[in-house]
Amino acid sequence: MAQRSSLLARTISTLIILILILVAIAVVTKLLGSRPFERTVVEMFIRVMLVVGIYIFVGNSGVISFGHMGFMCIGAYAAAWFTIPAVMKQVSLPGLPNFLINTQLPIFLSAFLAGLLAALFALIVGRILMRLSGIAASIATFAMLAVINVVYSNWDSVTGGTGSIVGIPFYTGIWTALGGAILVVIIAYLYQISRSGLALRAGRDEATAAAASGVNIVRERLIAFVISAFVIGVAGALYGHFLGVVNPDAFYLGVTFITLSMLVVGGMNSLSGAVMGVIVISGIIQLLRWLEKGVDLGGTTLAIPNGLQEITIGLVMIVILMFRPSGLTRNREITWRFKGATKPSE
Amino acid sequence: MTALLQILFDALSLGSLYALGALGIALIFGVMRLVNFAHGDYIAFCVFALLWPSIDAAAIVFAGNLPTIILIPLILAIGAGLSVLSEILVFRRFRNANPATMMIASFALGYVLKNFLLMLFSSRPKSIDLWSNLSQQVEIAGARIPLLQVITITITIVILIALTAFLKRTRFGLEMRAAAENFTMARMLGVKANRVIMLAFAISGMLAAAIGLILATQSGTVDIQMGMSVMLVAFIATVIGGLGSLPGAVIAGFLIGGASVLMQVILPLEARPFRDAFVYGAVIACLIWRPQGLLAPKSAKQRV
Repeated sequence: MAQRSSLLARTISTLIILILILVAIAVVTKLLGSRPFERTVVEMFIRVMLVVGIYIFVGNSGVISFGHMGFMCIGAYAAAWFTIPAVMKQVSLPGLPNFLINTQLPIFLSAFLAGLLAALFALIVGRILMRLSGIAASIATFAMLAVINVVYSNWDSVTGGTGSIVGIPFYTGIWTALGGAILVVIIAYLYQISRSGLALRAGRDEATAAAASGVNIVRERLIAFVISAFVIGVAGALYGHFLGVVNPDAFYLGVTFITLSMLVVGGMNSLSGAVMGVIVISGIIQLLRWLEKGVDLGGTTLAIPNGLQEITIGLVMIVILMFRPSGLTRNREITWRFKGATKPSE
Repeated sequence: MTALLQILFDALSLGSLYALGALGIALIFGVMRLVNFAHGDYIAFCVFALLWPSIDAAAIVFAGNLPTIILIPLILAIGAGLSVLSEILVFRRFRNANPATMMIASFALGYVLKNFLLMLFSSRPKSIDLWSNLSQQVEIAGARIPLLQVITITITIVILIALTAFLKRTRFGLEMRAAAENFTMARMLGVKANRVIMLAFAISGMLAAAIGLILATQSGTVDIQMGMSVMLVAFIATVIGGLGSLPGAVIAGFLIGGASVLMQVILPLEARPFRDAFVYGAVIACLIWRPQGLLAPKSAKQRV
């Protein structure tokens, strides 16, 4: 127990700093008072939830997963099933079972249940997939994503097919999203200093030695997989309440790659890397969008051509990775001490 | 019987595309452990090289008007050039990075290429008339088979034979196989790393160009997304075949193509929209059954 509390004391500063950064961003955004900018920040907080959710599994286990956005899909659709008014569901989703059509849950309960549904799915699928490691595991998670996408795109009576489901109540504003992001960062932090998280990290760095010391890597991976699925399921639900619309292709390759890129650019083995990756990449994207719209310079408007924004963000990512192959944070955590920051569990 | 023959040709021609794609990815993975996500965008780039940049709905064919005898080498050269250029400008700096970093870098490069094409050509699919006379049908043993399918399969077989001969009979081929087996040891024995890697990229780029030409002829359209689905399946095929194993990649490519066509036929009507879910389910089953792949090279075994 003594050791546990000292680990907490040594690493708690990371958690506090990350939460303070997130709160600061929210407060500054509110003070600026610009509606479109606020929406960008809400979206960024949801991305924080997603990327930290992926980090819980990928960062701790070292297995790259392409499949986690499948959990976002499950979560977002579950939120749609639980919260759209019964009258609308009878028309747009007639295939739903009766008890689902007739229930309309409060948003937080529905988001929690959406997370549970994703976690349950992860538990079932993970029991099989977690036996794989390395690139085979990555491909298997991708295959899982593809299966989820195909099912949700074609099961018309329950998911509305490739079209969008409308009518999800708008709810997610900046404070909800901030709360979600903070909650997820806390969950990730508690997991990585827990017994299971430390065992999984040991298994990531030295699989053989960890197994010899009694770490059941498959079991620890499954725990991380389920926790991350829950987190991403909740994020998916909040995303549904943010847009008011869901459609299956919003949870496929595009978002998979952007979230993975944010994680790797930030530094995929540290929680700070996951959070900073989202903030930095979102910041650059926002900056480029402003440039695309045009900057007023003494009467003349300077604007970069349309489409250059995406090209630039790709190039920036390549350059960052060239100079920092292990990510912006070099896989370390941010702590009070500026020099000689402690490496996580190494 | 004729129906069976039809299915066989469908399976072989779809499998050919996947096999060529898988080969392009496996070649590069073999020499530098890079999963190249930009491969699909190489395919799209080569097809768009046929056109003159414009954002109109109608395609302005430019290079596509050249006589076939010049056109094919030109497009192949563009594919090879693009691929080698990306090695020199980007991937060379990632030689010592971990595979996840390289993978994301290749994805970022693909993203840049795709948006570059978007900027020049817009996202609307355009129709293009490339060797459309190949869509006529020929009769083989009573079954009517599109001529293009026959040509696709023939071309693939020729490419596979030529590549095998190159890898087995020439000095460069020997070096590449040695590098794929054990890169460090090969370098110690005098194989020049840069030369082998550039060669792998060049061949991979040419394969991408070949796929692009076949796709454009088959569909008659040019679309920014056209390389994507082939690339994803090809990527899966390289893993199922055993990463780093070239024959494995080809076999797995044909297997996935065959499985897709077969499921389209044997699945009950109401389950057909879910065909891809069954194919990917089979992929997972295959990975559980043989995590190392069907033909895992010896070098892929983890040492303790």
